[in-house]
Amino acid sequence: MTLVVAGAAAVYTLRLADDCLVLSHRLAQWSSWAPTLEDDVALTNIALDLLGQARVMYDRTAELDGTGRSEDDYAFMRDEREFVNCLLVEQENGDFATTIVRQLLCSTYQLAEWQALIGSSDEQVAAIAARAVKETAYHRDHATDWTLRLGDGTEESHRRMEDAIAALWPFTAELFESDAVTRDAAAIGVGPDPASLRPEWDAYVTRVLGDATLVVPESAWKPTGGRQGLHTEPFGYMLAEMQHLHRSFPGVTW
Amino acid sequence: MSEETPSPLWEVFIRSKRGLSHNHVGSLHAPDAEMALRNARDVYTRRMEGVSIWVVPSAAITANSPDEKDSFFDPAADKPYRHPTFYSIPKEVQQL
Repeated sequence: MTLVVAGAAAVYTLRLADDCLVLSHRLAQWSSWAPTLEDDVALTNIALDLLGQARVMYDRTAELDGTGRSEDDYAFMRDEREFVNCLLVEQENGDFATTIVRQLLCSTYQLAEWQALIGSSDEQVAAIAARAVKETAYHRDHATDWTLRLGDGTEESHRRMEDAIAALWPFTAELFESDAVTRDAAAIGVGPDPASLRPEWDAYVTRVLGDATLVVPESAWKPTGGRQGLHTEPFGYMLAEMQHLHRSFPGVTW
Repeated sequence: MSEETPSPLWEVFIRSKRGLSHNHVGSLHAPDAEMALRNARDVYTRRMEGVSIWVVPSAAITANSPDEKDSFFDPAADKPYRHPTFYSIPKEVQQL
């Protein structure tokens, strides 16, 4: 077993934490803007679950990479190129349909990942995963329920769902890419090979979209780069908004 | 969305723990029963308030009219013998 990436475990946990934080912030942007009070609370509940998952994974990353950084250091003091989340989570909220489709695609992936991580060789990651599975199963249920109702709803809701799927589908290919980090993380048993999560993800998403009378698109364009810190344009704006308070008033609390 | 076709109103009942009855906690909007249950979970049980949730379409509830208040409730006001005040309750009984 030859490992090529120093600290592959830490890079792997950082990617997972960044996925959670960025998706959490995107959902938090719905606060006070959701179509109904009920979904305002639902989306922000999910955002808070994801924020909790991100925090414990940053804590674990700080131990694994030996830097002892705080959660705030990871969230607020890194620049865009240092974030290693996938591109899908950073995509803009768009309309409610876009957010629901992004939630379906993301939470299905995250649930499969957390389920695999219950067997992680890193005991802390395994313990975090055991708790996260319950939360994420609910996130997937929420997205599934809305997908069924919007896809098989009115003409307008169906059209909006189709547009959202067309816009977001290309970003799903990146989720299952392997590289030196994932190979080494898998070799030492810390995290799963992303490709191994694909069959379950495909089966679930295809079934839900089918039930919702929506078609799984083909996409030749498969953008990638998030895991190397190369992000899409909206991400920089999101980070600026998320980080400016902490950077203007370092260490601020309230 | 909500301006065009407001989704139906649902009444939410939550049982805070086993052995107690469901209590009315409030109402919410949802397109159908399943979503009403999910919304109730999100809106009313965020702080571990319950172990069981019922949702009921508000339209399914028949309520007395406020105009009938006198004939409905006043007759009970002067009948103290209906209250079981002469029994002592054992200390072990927490909920009655």
